[in-house]
Amino acid sequence: MSIFNGFGSLLQGDYLHSFLAGAGVTLQLFFISAILAFVLACLLMGIRLIPGRVGDFVVALFVEYHRNVPSLVQLFVWYFGVPQLLPIAAQDWVNAQGGEIIFAIIALTLNSAAYVSEDLRSGFRSLPNGQTEAARALGINYVQTLRKVLIPQAVRASAPSLVNQALGLFKTTALAMAIGTAEMMYITRQIEGETYMTFQTFAVASLFYLIGSWTIMIAGAAWQRRIELRMAR
Amino acid sequence: MLDILHDYGIMLLIGQYPQGPLGGLALTVIMALLALIASFPLAVLIGLARTSTIAPVRNIAMGYTYVVRAIPLLLLIFWTYFAVPLITGYNISGFITMIVALVVYEGAYLGEVVRAGINAVPKGQVEAARAMGMSYWQCMRKIVLPQALFNMLPSILNQFIMITKNTSLAYLIGTQEVTFAAYQINNQLLTQPFQVYALLAGFYFVLCFSLSRLAKWLEHTIDRKRLGAPRINVASVEANQVLAGQPK
Repeated sequence: MSIFNGFGSLLQGDYLHSFLAGAGVTLQLFFISAILAFVLACLLMGIRLIPGRVGDFVVALFVEYHRNVPSLVQLFVWYFGVPQLLPIAAQDWVNAQGGEIIFAIIALTLNSAAYVSEDLRSGFRSLPNGQTEAARALGINYVQTLRKVLIPQAVRASAPSLVNQALGLFKTTALAMAIGTAEMMYITRQIEGETYMTFQTFAVASLFYLIGSWTIMIAGAAWQRRIELRMAR
Repeated sequence: MLDILHDYGIMLLIGQYPQGPLGGLALTVIMALLALIASFPLAVLIGLARTSTIAPVRNIAMGYTYVVRAIPLLLLIFWTYFAVPLITGYNISGFITMIVALVVYEGAYLGEVVRAGINAVPKGQVEAARAMGMSYWQCMRKIVLPQALFNMLPSILNQFIMITKNTSLAYLIGTQEVTFAAYQINNQLLTQPFQVYALLAGFYFVLCFSLSRLAKWLEHTIDRKRLGAPRINVASVEANQVLAGQPK
């Protein structure tokens, strides 16, 4: 059948090059956003653990905004909306650096951080009480307590949800095509438009996402097993 | 921002209606509702298959869930746009494409909700029903599913919020829902993209935030109602993990 032909021509030369570049941008979006989101989420959890209403309220608002507004709209607010608020010089600078990648990373990071901070917080709540007090009694300061005592335990307790957030983030990177980021989905559409080999291009993209998602799932399962073994000891 | 709301608020709510087709937030809600209703039978089927004692049935349903879970919804939408006309011979609108894609997608996620619900019904109920001579289907239809679905109402509502947010992707295939309306307004105004998109975010926020509060209240109410009855929710942990892994 004709739909099974043409993979050869797609997977060589310029097209292969474009696909690889797109895959690279997707992975770049994923890894950079994931790392930044994790750091930001730890900060947000730290703020929420400090007694006091103001910080708590601000973080809660941040979390609720990112939960209740579609990721696509969040991307639009950053890409179309925020440059208007910047001074002209800053706008030019961002555009020169490739605004669609920068804003995609910002939007994905903030969105993911909101969810991860909630996961960490519920992971933290499942820990036995008195950890903070014990650490403080030993003379460790708040930031150190957070970094060395609370976050490692909260991460382990919330491992399953963290893996799923990673999976969600990986798939959400596809939305960045809507603001013109040349990631996998964007490249797929572009090549499909040029070659009219819809089935083949979509199949290549699907394979890429299947492999990526399943890698995350398998790695996540292995990580969880390691944690369980460590707990059992 | 208030003047934009004053001038274009109606357009965000109902699109060009009544001069043109219905659009805006109204279309978003209609699309989400239709997708939820249409995906429900498939979700129940997948949920039943995933809890089935017949291994091949279970494996097929699991394969389906794992494939759908691994693919971005956007790609699924493009697949639908390409495959449905090829299979049926009819060209379909963005609206129908979106519904079909969401049904395929929710089959996996809503299916997990149903599965969690079925697993949370105490085993003794099934055993009692089967001991009384009910067939599998009778037992499911009369004993297990009614309880499972009632207990799962908050999760179903949460899934509805997910669907509502996901309908924003319909903009990318030219359906005139609320994101598309904002895009048009932005094109008319040209100078205030931040205000327009912040307003759009506000519309989604009001809708989804109130729904999530409703889901919380419902959860609380159902929990109280079930207090005293034995609760086995361990079985639903895995399903909840699956649900957490959807793009937001």
